[in-house]
Amino acid sequence: MSRYTSATDADVREMLATIGVASIEELFEVIPEGLRLGRALDLPPGQAEQAVYAELRDLAARNVSAEDEISFLGAGMYDHYVPAIVDAITQRSEFLTPYTPYQPEVSQGGLQVMFEFQTAISELTGLPVANASLYEGPSSVASAAYLALGVAKGRRKLVASRGLHPHSRATLETYARGFGAEVVEVGLAGGVTDAGAVVGALDDEVAAVFVQNPNFLGAVEDLEALASAAHEAGALCVASVDAPTLGVLRPPGECGVDVAVGEGQPLGNRLDFGGPSFGFFAATEEHLRRMPGRIAGETTDADGRRGFVLALQTREQHIRRERATHNICTSQALNALAGTIYLAWLGRRGIVELGELLVRRTAYARERLAGVEGVELLHDAPVAREFAVRLDAPVREVVDRVSEEGIAAGYPLARDYPEYEDGLLVAITERRSREDIDRLADALARAIAAASAPGDELFSDSENKASRTAEATR
Amino acid sequence: MTTRPTPSPPTNADTPTAQQREAATTIFERSVEGRRAGTVPPAGVPEPPLAELIPAELLRAEGPALPEVSEPEIVRHYNRLSRRNFDLDTGPYPLGSCTMKHNPRLNEKVAALPGHARLHPAQDPKRAQGALELMWRLERALSEICGLPHVSLQPSAGSHGELAGLLLTRAYHADRGDERTKVLTPDTAHGTNPATVTMAGYEVVKVATDERGGVDVDDLRSKTDESVACLMLTNPNTLGLFDPNVAEITSTVRAAGGTLYYDGANLQAIMGYSRPGDMGFDIVHVNLHKSFSQPHGGGGPGAGPIAVSERIAPFLPRPRIVRAEGSNGARPRFELDHDQPKSIGRLRGFQGNFGVFVRSYAYIASLGGDGLRDASETAVLNSNYLLARMRSGRAGERLPLAFDRRPLHEFVLSGAPAKRELGVRTLDIAKRLLDYGFHPPTIYFPLLVDEALMVEPTETETRESLDDLAAAFDEILAEAERDPQILRDAPYTTPVRRLDEAAASRRPVIRQPLDR
Repeated sequence: MSRYTSATDADVREMLATIGVASIEELFEVIPEGLRLGRALDLPPGQAEQAVYAELRDLAARNVSAEDEISFLGAGMYDHYVPAIVDAITQRSEFLTPYTPYQPEVSQGGLQVMFEFQTAISELTGLPVANASLYEGPSSVASAAYLALGVAKGRRKLVASRGLHPHSRATLETYARGFGAEVVEVGLAGGVTDAGAVVGALDDEVAAVFVQNPNFLGAVEDLEALASAAHEAGALCVASVDAPTLGVLRPPGECGVDVAVGEGQPLGNRLDFGGPSFGFFAATEEHLRRMPGRIAGETTDADGRRGFVLALQTREQHIRRERATHNICTSQALNALAGTIYLAWLGRRGIVELGELLVRRTAYARERLAGVEGVELLHDAPVAREFAVRLDAPVREVVDRVSEEGIAAGYPLARDYPEYEDGLLVAITERRSREDIDRLADALARAIAAASAPGDELFSDSENKASRTAEATR
Repeated sequence: MTTRPTPSPPTNADTPTAQQREAATTIFERSVEGRRAGTVPPAGVPEPPLAELIPAELLRAEGPALPEVSEPEIVRHYNRLSRRNFDLDTGPYPLGSCTMKHNPRLNEKVAALPGHARLHPAQDPKRAQGALELMWRLERALSEICGLPHVSLQPSAGSHGELAGLLLTRAYHADRGDERTKVLTPDTAHGTNPATVTMAGYEVVKVATDERGGVDVDDLRSKTDESVACLMLTNPNTLGLFDPNVAEITSTVRAAGGTLYYDGANLQAIMGYSRPGDMGFDIVHVNLHKSFSQPHGGGGPGAGPIAVSERIAPFLPRPRIVRAEGSNGARPRFELDHDQPKSIGRLRGFQGNFGVFVRSYAYIASLGGDGLRDASETAVLNSNYLLARMRSGRAGERLPLAFDRRPLHEFVLSGAPAKRELGVRTLDIAKRLLDYGFHPPTIYFPLLVDEALMVEPTETETRESLDDLAAAFDEILAEAERDPQILRDAPYTTPVRRLDEAAASRRPVIRQPLDR
């Protein structure tokens, strides 16, 4: 008997007798001899619960999380506060431990949550139909491409703005090889998607135009202009949107966007080093029957009571198989539940207030940092929750120095945007106060000055680090 | 052998239960103007009108109509909803193919540690060494379990792992200048297999099942040629049967130049007994939410890591985790390597579903190699025991095995005799099981079995609960012999009764209409 099983030796004996075999090994004789491992797995032995806890606690302690420092990291995932009720409700066994609601009579809780989630996403995006979640943000962008290529039969090009998250662009490229499609990238001008370049890239081969709002550099895009350019060429417009700023930014549905997708993490989900979170997917009515993933729908039971079921399942892989609208099966139901609770907690006024706060604090932070010697704005387009600056010193070194003061300064742009080798992306959430922003500005000033000073090589050993930290926090 | 007496549930719905009397009300319908739960802190910075910061034409005129409810109402609403779910922590959930095993609370506890839960995915790797080491160790463990040298944790679910596998296949052939167009999938495959084939730009070629429930090797041979890019196989297959010809199957496809994909949906049956790599497969996806005890969450999250052979490794998704030995006794260092020129690229953002990795790592650390093998042994024991108990009762005649061979961790019954002789369908039996307090098995899959019931008890069920389940099946079949209408009108005790699924698709209402 090992952990989580309950068959005692006596149970095993009697169970084997009932089956009519002499040993458990006999049950495995269906595996040809040559394919049996014949040795123990080379893994560490099992450990007691306390020991496993201690091991995981020690591993966790070797990470510097947003609990340990003032983090201005964003780039698609954000350190928003997760209300206590989210954990309390999502940890309930009744939500945590069932599976996909294949038996709707005993899954009304989960199905109704999906229905509420779809309603909330539809409200946020201003689009009439939404599904019950996809894996996460970037793969949802690629899933929108599958829809667009199915709609625009024969068209094989996808135009993607360089303002689209680099992970979304990379994922789109990966999937496009399977779709037999080509991704054409269009650049940025003044921080936003170059509308002229989009028009230039459009022809009757293009199935869809992909943009992000706010874009990866934080700039607020003119979605309406981009959507109408796409439509003019007979292409769809797909927008990846940031959910927390949808309380104040014009929603994709009002701008003519055909499909809106996005990363759900900022809505009540943990950072979790990148997942699990959820992706959302909303569209105009005409695309309902091409939507990927689960969709809950309202119906009635045999006695006329209101109830919910998985609707339009003939789109899905378990029914339609090779002609399905997507291959997705297990998705992110629990994370979507967290998002639904979060949006109810924030509520109709809270979502607007949060958006306003983000825009104002981001404006403050941007101005404050722009006033630091050696920092200049990378672009001056309007921003909502994140902005990009250029540093007059090696970015990695500056970030390392600032980190010694207990601050994660932001996301260096160099890997994803070699043209902005000196770029840093700084994200704001409601957890980053004015004082935190001021500390960042002061720390950046010191770090840039130190990094620019001749002969001061970057410290490497930990004692030196500790003394600097002490000095800096005095 | 003792079977505890099970009082029979009601056979009609004449007296509605409290839950049945409660009308379904959404959180949006509970909204009352002016109520709220969360508060947003004061900005603490200058507060100009938004239009001074962002042009008015890019701003929203009217905010989204999210619900206006207080915190106590939210808690009560979702607690009530939760009770309208059946869940594994409450009762047996023998949902075939889904491996509904116990979800240890320890795993939730360690995943919630702030060092994991609040770790930003873009944190510099040198400040995320614990997370990268955990991922590296999980990769090594999965490599050993699968018998394949290289692992990527990136895919988010089994279906995502399948897509990764076929895109890897495409990259592998393209690198050799080889154009191939077809992917072989047995007719017993999960729907995700053919759906993935199409998404990856290949054509599905179905392979028949022989009279013993395995791949029809003659059919496979006749369809295997230079145009075949890959064979996707689940083994044990969706009938719970280990394919005795698997070595011949993999070598046939390999000889024609194709890659071999192992759908790990049923890895649960063979952990520590047999390894896909040793069977000749190149690419395996592992459903962490099945074999490695992830809470199913009402339909996710999961994760679908892939393990691959040497010939496939250069094409694995980016970034990969690399380990460098520390010098002078220092700890090894872990990095994210983005520089993989032949890589298929990314399948998603950041590094994958890390929170899922933490839970599965804790599970593997708890069980160890021997414990994993014991989990598979007990899963197979439980499955065969349940089958034996059922066969000794009415199910023996009414719900026979679809293919009469010894199954591993799950088995598939055919309800065709029950339908023919008693006039009750598999659906009716499943719905009646709900009244008995069991989640039904998977039904109507695999497609080649008439009136299929796919039963997977898992290793974490006790012998008593298996006895109870067998007894419930027997009693339900007795009810059907007495009065089949009892089953046709079931369930009677669930929060709602049988639902009109066709109507929901004919006239879809998929969001709450709002009265603004």
